[in-house]
Amino acid sequence: MSTEEYKAEEHPVIEPGYTFGSITEKISSIVLTKKTPLGWFIGFGIAFMLLMGLIFTIGLLLFVGVGIWGIMIPVGWGFDIINFVWWIGIGHAGTLISAILLLLRQEWRTSINRFAEAMTLFAVACAGLYPLLHMGRPWLAYWLFPYPNTMAIWPNFKSPLVWDVFAVSTYATVSAMFWFVGLIPDLATLRDRSTNRVGRIIYGMLAMGWRGSTKHWHRYETAYLLLAGLSTPLVVSVHTIVSFDFAVGIIPGWHATIFPPYFVAGAIYAGFAMVLTLAIPIRAVYGLQDFITMRHLQNMAKIMLATGLLVAYGYMMETFTAWYSGNEYEKFMIWNRMTGPYRNMYWALIFCNVLTPNLLWFPKIRNNTIFLFIISIIVSIGMWLERYVIIVVSLSRDFLPSSWGQYHGSPFDWTMFIGTIGLFLTLLFLFVRVLPMISIFEMRTLLPEAEVKHEGEAS
Amino acid sequence: MSNIREINPELKNKLDTASGPQYWRSLQEIAGSEEFQEYLHREFPENASEWIDPVSRRNFLKIMGASLALAGLTACTKQPEEKIVPYVRQPEELIPGRPLFYATAMTIGGYANGLLMENQMGRPIKAEGNPDHPASLGATDVFGQASILSMYDPDRSQSTTNIGNISSWTEFFQILNLRMKIEKQRPSPGSGFRLLTETITSPSLANQIRELLKTLPGAKWHQYESLNRDNAMEGARLAFGEPVETLYKLDQADVVLSLDADFMSHNPGHLRYIRDFISRRKVRSGADNSKMSRLYVLESTPSITGAVSDHRLPLRSTHILEFAKAIAAGLGIGGSSTYSHPWVAPLVRDLQAHKGASIVIAGEYQPPELHAIAHAINGALGNNGKTVIYTDPVAAEVVNQQNSLRQLITDMHSGTVDTLVILGGNPVYNAPSDFNVADALSKVSLRIHLSMDHNETSNLCHWHIPETHFLESWGDARAFDGTVSLIQPLIAPLYEGSKSAYEIIAALNGISATKPHDMVHDYWKSQTSQADFERFWEKALHDGVVPNTASAVKNVTAKTNFTGYTAGPKEDSSFELIVRPDYNTYDGRFANNGWLQELPRPLTKITWDNVALISPTAAKKLELENEDVVELKLNNHAVKAPVWIMPGQAENSVTIHLGYGRKLAGHVGNNVGFNAYQLHTSNSTWNTPGLSVTKVSGHYPLSTTQEHHVMEGRDIVRSHSLEEYLKHPHEKEHEELTSLYPPYEYKGYAWGMAIDLNSCVGCNACVVACVAENNIPVVGKSEVKRGREMHWIRIDRYFEGSMDAPRIHHQPVPCMQCENAPCELVCPVNATNHSSEGLNDMVYNRCVGTRYCSNNCPYKVRRFNFFLYSDLKTPSIQLGRNPDVTVRTRGVMEKCTYCVQRINQARIDSEKEDRKIKDGEIVTACQQACPAEAIVFGDINDKESKVSKLKADQLNYALLEELNTKPRTTYLANVRNLNPEITTKAQNEH
Repeated sequence: MSTEEYKAEEHPVIEPGYTFGSITEKISSIVLTKKTPLGWFIGFGIAFMLLMGLIFTIGLLLFVGVGIWGIMIPVGWGFDIINFVWWIGIGHAGTLISAILLLLRQEWRTSINRFAEAMTLFAVACAGLYPLLHMGRPWLAYWLFPYPNTMAIWPNFKSPLVWDVFAVSTYATVSAMFWFVGLIPDLATLRDRSTNRVGRIIYGMLAMGWRGSTKHWHRYETAYLLLAGLSTPLVVSVHTIVSFDFAVGIIPGWHATIFPPYFVAGAIYAGFAMVLTLAIPIRAVYGLQDFITMRHLQNMAKIMLATGLLVAYGYMMETFTAWYSGNEYEKFMIWNRMTGPYRNMYWALIFCNVLTPNLLWFPKIRNNTIFLFIISIIVSIGMWLERYVIIVVSLSRDFLPSSWGQYHGSPFDWTMFIGTIGLFLTLLFLFVRVLPMISIFEMRTLLPEAEVKHEGEAS
Repeated sequence: MSNIREINPELKNKLDTASGPQYWRSLQEIAGSEEFQEYLHREFPENASEWIDPVSRRNFLKIMGASLALAGLTACTKQPEEKIVPYVRQPEELIPGRPLFYATAMTIGGYANGLLMENQMGRPIKAEGNPDHPASLGATDVFGQASILSMYDPDRSQSTTNIGNISSWTEFFQILNLRMKIEKQRPSPGSGFRLLTETITSPSLANQIRELLKTLPGAKWHQYESLNRDNAMEGARLAFGEPVETLYKLDQADVVLSLDADFMSHNPGHLRYIRDFISRRKVRSGADNSKMSRLYVLESTPSITGAVSDHRLPLRSTHILEFAKAIAAGLGIGGSSTYSHPWVAPLVRDLQAHKGASIVIAGEYQPPELHAIAHAINGALGNNGKTVIYTDPVAAEVVNQQNSLRQLITDMHSGTVDTLVILGGNPVYNAPSDFNVADALSKVSLRIHLSMDHNETSNLCHWHIPETHFLESWGDARAFDGTVSLIQPLIAPLYEGSKSAYEIIAALNGISATKPHDMVHDYWKSQTSQADFERFWEKALHDGVVPNTASAVKNVTAKTNFTGYTAGPKEDSSFELIVRPDYNTYDGRFANNGWLQELPRPLTKITWDNVALISPTAAKKLELENEDVVELKLNNHAVKAPVWIMPGQAENSVTIHLGYGRKLAGHVGNNVGFNAYQLHTSNSTWNTPGLSVTKVSGHYPLSTTQEHHVMEGRDIVRSHSLEEYLKHPHEKEHEELTSLYPPYEYKGYAWGMAIDLNSCVGCNACVVACVAENNIPVVGKSEVKRGREMHWIRIDRYFEGSMDAPRIHHQPVPCMQCENAPCELVCPVNATNHSSEGLNDMVYNRCVGTRYCSNNCPYKVRRFNFFLYSDLKTPSIQLGRNPDVTVRTRGVMEKCTYCVQRINQARIDSEKEDRKIKDGEIVTACQQACPAEAIVFGDINDKESKVSKLKADQLNYALLEELNTKPRTTYLANVRNLNPEITTKAQNEH
């Protein structure tokens, strides 16, 4: 294909030839089909098996203790917090697409925002397991909440972990609300189109009595915008708070002011990578290339590239600052990352996060779904490695050499991690089966017929 | 049950006449009586026939009920029947929750160390040193601290066994009595009887044995323990013609030369020696620090004495004798020497400059010839009578123990021995392997072993009698200087049927029931001409020492003819094997003690294993890395061992430690490490050349608590040379940091601690003391390997300089109790807060276990319960816990609390008495155990307190002070007194 044909402007947000009805029909038929495709069963089956692994690990963890993981002194946080940060970071893309792109009036958000937001919710669910279960006594996790109690004691509001509680719970609730509110008109559509009695009842209840009247729409738009406004700061704040888990600590490698923007950029980076990882197979399997077009994939790739460069800048600044500070511990920290026992992780990280995204400069690569898919996976791995390097490597060698020690993920660290991937995929498969993975009513607004006097207003 | 009335009318009588509460007490008496025990152990059918008679069934249930309740542990805790005398208060003042302290003594190698045992509600739970005892002056070593766990060890044997079947004392006595009657009727009475004991210094027991031997003139008394003092005694014989005890006055010495003498560990007086030696090393502002002593150590394998030294020379063990001869030659005695080394001349000069104020010590595991040379050198230097004192031997009967055992083995093989009684010890495991004790034993028709656990020797004996622990027994023993201590029990024996040596000897005399108390009491009554003996007795029990029993000084002169003194072939190209006792398991007797197994060995920091120590050069030559496996072969004996590269090890010396590879030590000690005794034979006991070292395939994981051994140029242990220090007496270590915030004012008490790095020798007593005081759990080898050991105080050990001859530093690191604690900021649930007295409080109940505090601690002093490590099930372990300290469950963080339970106790006492807490009233567990007095705790708001003065010293600095954590625990920098004539690269300071 020639360069001209690659230009983004050439790719439509939605392929021509669709009507209101055909859009509705195409998307809702995936959900309302009587016959679930075999592929879905196979995929769901595998995901469910991994979920069982998760349940087993959690059971063992609660029964025996957190020692089944590889954590030790000095590395008190390992896969547990790495995975927490990884999952939370992934969620940020969904919120960005749903909320920020809405406020910025970007039409290309339309076909991806539903499942991106679902991805966020499921990622937050997976992430949320970790702060709860990584505790030595998880049955007392409620002590982190400021509830009136007989001990007359509040949680320690100076601790980043308490900020996490607020940040993540806010994130979860607002994302869930936003997602659900966004679903209402589509749930009504499914209620009206469903031929299954059970389906009609459930969709009906969930649709909250939506009749599509003007008043409904008017209020709906306002609510939607407000929620978008609420969610927008979360994109920046949640991962900033998560980065404070480290930045507030005194450990070299953690105690860095660049962490908030660096983490947020990294989150968006990882998130978009995950959206691509999901979008590419989904559109292929479900034949949604007309709705999720190359324009979407290219835009996402460009955002990945941009945030990838920001992350690379973050690495560079960390290294520069460590040298520039002259502080022996900081200098050693960077030197240790590059040449110490975990250097393989560090260099793999540089490869995955710094070198790989630069392939996205090339339109040929950006337009190739296979490459995009592979790159998105590499970036996901790279972002996981980044958290590993930050958490594990910094802790394993800090101030007193006598305390230095090495952490390695134990088998249960892995089963838990893979188990959360199983949870994520299980939820995703369920989502894809019972809910419209593309926002039907918003897709309809992309058609030329739907244009209203006020340009650029979202639907 | 009609039988029981017929057979045991007393039993019936007791049962029938008792009623109400008395009834139960009498049942207890009945169950405890010998007749009943014997009755219990008879065959069952006797009782079965009694079911028909309804009355007798009730009786049956009463008796069976009593026995079930009382089987195993007898009662809960019972004070011994005889009157034991507490150190501080009368027994009537037993207040629940308040401890009572009793003086007693623990023997190791026969030598006593005075202890003060803390008793809570009738149970001993903590050992402290007895400040009035000359051997300890209030300090303890790791064995003293760990003795509590040995007493409560669930693997202790609980009953008399006869070839593995549970039997009873009565049955044993019957058999023994019959046998002894036969022995007495021999033409030479007792000629088939042998007694094997370990070293006995107890005057009363020795007397009892001698009395027995008088009735059995044909019998012999052998003594053997693997860590005996044959070398020292033979050396004394060579030098003086008779065995003598050598005592050192290290506080009077300006120069000390150690010839492979780890006198801070392997010497009967080691606790006292640490105190005395370190008293000459305390460098303080304003004091006359030019009086600081100087220590030279020559050794083949690093020891804690070597680590403390000013100059340490890694030297092949068999060369040390030649070195000594060269020193002697330099001093003009013993003829000429062909050995040359750049250190000889400076050493000679330094020694000569301090005549009468110097000491040369020969190592316990060096041959007698070296000891003789050392005696001669001390004589030539005029140290005799000043810094080196000679007395009569402390052991009751001095024999060459290896020869004694050899004689016994020969007799056993020749069939002369019919009856062998072994008191304590474990010769099957720890005798020289070429003696093959197991084989010899099989030739003896009646073998009896008294020991605390059913070990390798008990396994090959017919009768095993459970031995009382020293905390459960009466006795006496002598310290390194001869001072007698009375041993009084803190608790009645946990296991009914445990006996002490006194009872065995009495049984051999035909007496089945003895009271050891009476034996000791009556012996001392016969020895003193005191008018009021009971008062004398009570005072001796109270004080823990019998006055005026120290050995008198002997006047002897060492001979200076060294003809024939050689350590063997003078080649240095082959490997030499160095066999040494382990710092923690000693000779293997403590293998089942979890506290000691988990305690990181002082220089390697390895836990739960022994290794083959090899020098970095040799490792490179043989291409060995840590955890590789080698086969060590010496004279047809071979053993496989994991390798550990030891900086400071002499180039071609390989060190292995005894006390491992046991098969019958108990759950904790079985199959830990390899059995080094296989290479410990009678002609190659301690240092032998001609070792072959071959790498074999395999990898043996070792768990250490410290993986990185250098300071990486960081300012962690500060060390200066004395010269440097004296030049700049006013230059402060401590830098003042500025802050935007005004300092927080602590009104009232402000607790702080100062640790003198110039005093700490790295002996680990503080670590075990902390474990005992604070109920710290043992986690096991695999958890230690993961980095999850639970010690609240650790001793960091750093190597500095060249790895072939490094400077070794020790630094105890407890919680720093930072005023600006990084941990307090980040705990989400406020489980760690700052108290008004400056303590960083850890609230176990509130901790949810996020571990952020540990991550944020730059000192990494916090420990986390990753699993439920504390044993909440085993009853005897629960008995031994300190009730003042919470036992932590899973998921909870813990750390040093400055022994807050002791602080609270002192505060309560002071408030009741309406006064302030005095300086020195609160002593933390680590402080109390330390023989070197390296740790000082107190109120820093009190400018006159010891700790305030130390903190004002210019050597005072805080660890990682640039982080502005403002730790309340600070350090005094290390100072070494270097000899300017001996300068090697390795000895440079930074």
